[in-house]
Amino acid sequence: MAAYLLKRLGIGALTLICASVVVFAVLEIIPGDPARLMLGMNATEDAVQALRQQMGLDNPLPTRYFAWMTGFVTGDFGHSYTYSVPVTELVAERIVVSLPLAIFALLLTVLIAIPVGIFAASRQGRFSDTAVMTTAQIGVAVPNFWFALILVYIFAVWLRLFPAGGFPGWSAGLWPGLKALILPAISLAALQAAVLARVARSALIEELNEDYIRTARAKGLPQRHVLWRHAMRNAMIPVLTIMGLQFAYLLAGTIIIENVFYLPGLGRLVFQAITQRDLIVVESVVLLLVASVIAVNMLVDVTYALVDPRLRHR
Amino acid sequence: MHEFPRPRQADTFATLFGKAFRNRSFLIGFAVTAIILAMAVVSFFWTPYDVTDLPVTNRLKPPSLTHWMGTDHFGRDIFSMIMVGSRNSIAVAFIAITIAAGIGVPLGCWAAARRGWIDEALMRFNDVVFAFPALLSAVMITAIFGPGAINAIIAIGLFNIPVFARVARAGALAIWPREYILAARSAGKNAFRITIEHILPNIGNILVVQGTIQFALGIIAEAGLSYVGLGEQPPMPSWGRMLFDAQTRMIVAPHLAIFPGLAIVATVLGLNLLGDGLRDVLDPKLRRER
Amino acid sequence: MSLLDIKNLDLSIGGAEILRGVDLALNPGEVMGLVGESGSGKSMTALALMQLLPHAASTAGRIQFAGIDILTAGEETMYAVRGNDIGMVFQEPMTALNPVKTIGEQVAEGIRWHTSANRADAEAKARRMLARVGLPEEKFPLSRYPHELSGGQRQRVVIAIACALNPKLLVADEPTTALDVVLQAQILDLLKDLVDEDGMGLLLISHDLAVVADIADRITVMRNGKVVETGETAKTLLEQKHPYTRQLAEASTHVPARKAVAARARHQDSQSGPLLVVDQAVRDYPGRRHFLFEKPQPFRAVDHVSFSMNEAQSLALVGRSGCGKSSLARMVLALDPITAGSIRFDGTELAGHAGKELRAIRRNMQVVFQDPYGSFDPRHKVERLVTEPLHLLDHQPSRQERRDMAIAALGEVGLVPSDLDKYPHEFSGGQRQRISIARAIITRPKLVVCDEPVSALDVSIRAQVLDLFADLNDRLGVAYLFITHDLNVARAITDDVLVMHEGQIVERGKTGDVLANPQSDAGRKLIAAMPDLDRALARRS
Repeated sequence: MAAYLLKRLGIGALTLICASVVVFAVLEIIPGDPARLMLGMNATEDAVQALRQQMGLDNPLPTRYFAWMTGFVTGDFGHSYTYSVPVTELVAERIVVSLPLAIFALLLTVLIAIPVGIFAASRQGRFSDTAVMTTAQIGVAVPNFWFALILVYIFAVWLRLFPAGGFPGWSAGLWPGLKALILPAISLAALQAAVLARVARSALIEELNEDYIRTARAKGLPQRHVLWRHAMRNAMIPVLTIMGLQFAYLLAGTIIIENVFYLPGLGRLVFQAITQRDLIVVESVVLLLVASVIAVNMLVDVTYALVDPRLRHR
Repeated sequence: MHEFPRPRQADTFATLFGKAFRNRSFLIGFAVTAIILAMAVVSFFWTPYDVTDLPVTNRLKPPSLTHWMGTDHFGRDIFSMIMVGSRNSIAVAFIAITIAAGIGVPLGCWAAARRGWIDEALMRFNDVVFAFPALLSAVMITAIFGPGAINAIIAIGLFNIPVFARVARAGALAIWPREYILAARSAGKNAFRITIEHILPNIGNILVVQGTIQFALGIIAEAGLSYVGLGEQPPMPSWGRMLFDAQTRMIVAPHLAIFPGLAIVATVLGLNLLGDGLRDVLDPKLRRER
Repeated sequence: MSLLDIKNLDLSIGGAEILRGVDLALNPGEVMGLVGESGSGKSMTALALMQLLPHAASTAGRIQFAGIDILTAGEETMYAVRGNDIGMVFQEPMTALNPVKTIGEQVAEGIRWHTSANRADAEAKARRMLARVGLPEEKFPLSRYPHELSGGQRQRVVIAIACALNPKLLVADEPTTALDVVLQAQILDLLKDLVDEDGMGLLLISHDLAVVADIADRITVMRNGKVVETGETAKTLLEQKHPYTRQLAEASTHVPARKAVAARARHQDSQSGPLLVVDQAVRDYPGRRHFLFEKPQPFRAVDHVSFSMNEAQSLALVGRSGCGKSSLARMVLALDPITAGSIRFDGTELAGHAGKELRAIRRNMQVVFQDPYGSFDPRHKVERLVTEPLHLLDHQPSRQERRDMAIAALGEVGLVPSDLDKYPHEFSGGQRQRISIARAIITRPKLVVCDEPVSALDVSIRAQVLDLFADLNDRLGVAYLFITHDLNVARAITDDVLVMHEGQIVERGKTGDVLANPQSDAGRKLIAAMPDLDRALARRS
């Protein structure tokens, strides 16, 4: 178990290092002087020089990489040019929107997908299975930003149940805050839930065809015991894998969804920073998002080991 | 006496054809995909209205007999724009996926044939790419190198390489220990030849199926990029851009959002159904999955 | 009154008739052997009486078990019957257990469900049951997971699950087929003891007459979904009234007629030295790391093995599963690298040669594998499959020459030219093994390495394929290195035998001598465990 976890931890760290090099390199190979790029063509030479100084652009590459990484690890993400505040501050005020949104969406995904998958698998081939899976099939094809527009039209414009966009801030109270996140979370979760429900169903059906299920049935266990006590735990393994991958999709989805709903989250921050060429914000926030994906996938690996004893003994 | 699982049979094209046209998913998916493709092709020669014309007096008309899907804020015919936009969606997604498969599949096969550190390096490369939320990186790439169809292709293609590498590697790893590979090795064939003669034909099925799925995802990704303004640039219409333009006019003209969205859903659904159908037809072992 | 009474059972799955008018009766405490080749319907009969058939199955007739009409009983009734009154053991121990549950949980689960015992009581009972099947708690605690046990041990767990509640009937469907002969003998002994102690009825399903002859009171022979013959074991097998029973019995002890070694050799005046010389060969596999910074201990599969063989000689390499015989074969075939030592073929050292230089060696050394399905690329036609080794020739033959050579090779193995344009799935298992042999001899090699080439075949087919091997040995002077765990096969086809145990060769000699009078411990165990129809019948009468 320890060896397995250490190995996963090592791979995670290695991946993070490689990813940081990639992020650094991508921003490094941008044609032209980054400082000039950030300030635009009309900036004075002095202003450009000042920014170069501040970004440490005159130092050699490795020095700058290590300075950036040291800052990143110690929580000093640099100073945003466009917002004129420390990036850490920006991240702190945006993460309180994005994190609840991602968790909300992931919860919705799991709470919809798993029961639906089990329901369909246990009624394999019957009408209810076909109906549910046809819905899922369509769900997989719906882009989340279009679904978001439809939701806004129905629930905000037409029924006036939820706000069409914006975020009042948690200071306005828990319910107004949550209310602003409901439609975005549903838009993010719909497609992912459809994907996960299909995976859950096929994983369960796959397990139900295994030999050990026949052994369990030959013991006299009723079908529901066989499903819950034997097939479920084995089917968890592919479901967990997909959930790990979905986290990355959710994060990416927030970029567009936060734009649709004008939510002041990390996704919108990074998108705006990219279009405004605020490279200091871009590199730190992108790496932060990447680090969270790696962390979630490491968490998935740990859960594997809890589910599957074969990994524990490796 | 061991009971060996009977492997799937290799079908001739005639029997495959027969099977395919008895499969409901395949039939529907094939029909929808064919219609969308036909629409894209026809748009080169003919559209109901010219999409470069801007008859502003005719703006934001709801669907009618003259304009089946209404008109946009410049008075352009939505149906014509969807027809022209399909070209871009299909071309970007298709080229991106083809490039990704062209790089990813050989990489995966190579890793499976050589194992060892090459394999390990490929896996780590995959880990790194998968750690980047694809759309985030696509936004980054297109923002840095400038918006446009070519950069959208690069961005989407890049993030599909590990998908194909992974699928090809997993498929090839399952084939390599088979006895017919040992027989080919006993016949003096090297890894490259074995990959060409035995591995690729036998993982072709899963690659085609994965290809249609990634194609569908590519359509969604392209629409997403266009929606945030980083795909095909105006005045050429694109589905994602049309949705963006629709957003601020939702209250007065919901049809602006409905039809391009339905076009995306139909294309993606058609491709997914085609993929599912192909999987059922080509690989009976996976049939129970659906 | 009989415990189990199957009357006129018909079964069809999706329109295909599987069973037709099967009658079978079993008394309490009786051991019934149900024998038949693949496709005879013996396993389906077992699944029918458990009501574990696939969904598409439809049945007619009657199955009466302990006063219950099984075919009309509802699922609720079957929940009570399965595991409590009828226990079942399956063929494949490696996949029969849930990989994420401990063996204790899996044995106790049925006990708790049927007896409403509390967890502690059920576990105590499971502990006793596991001890009875040879897995005492001191060595195999209940908290073990299936992947920590070997195949034989897993089968013991499956038997413990099946017998945990003293069922009236135990159904064992090929319980030893996936195990080697020594494990087979142990599991059969275990089943026998359990049946004797608990007075269970046992329905033992097997393709092997010799296995059944040893422990069954009565046997039933099935073929193509019908019962061919049924009766008291010794009487049925000695009288062999039905021609199919006789055919099965003869096939399982079949020994092809063969010429003497000297008469087979291509070069009668063989002065060229031995064909294959293996000298102190070692093969290590990288071991598993237990701790991160610990150096992994390599696993030594082949441990300083030496032997040599001559042209036209047929040499058996026998041993239990995992003894290293397949690893040795792969080294001889230059498919795996050799860790230490040397292997010389026809005077050339294998190690250090690659690509082109190996081709001359490979041309004279071909292989036949075990799995008649996995040996062929399913997408290639027979012509392409059979001519694949022609790649080794220095002058690539023309299309027509290839085809002619393929036709000649198929002719040698008893297939016809029209088979060239078929796909492998169009052939039966026996025919596929013939194609496999045709592929092996198309370059006229001096040595063919055969890795369990007949163990996946039904007995009657196996006899025919052994005849073919003997015939090619006689006519073409091909030498065989025959890898097998089945001593009956070794007896049928080989001149000399090597007994391998834990990576080493522990005994060697003439096949007949070793089988009659084994000297090593491992050899004695193998031979004692070997199912032998004549011996079993002699013991019974």
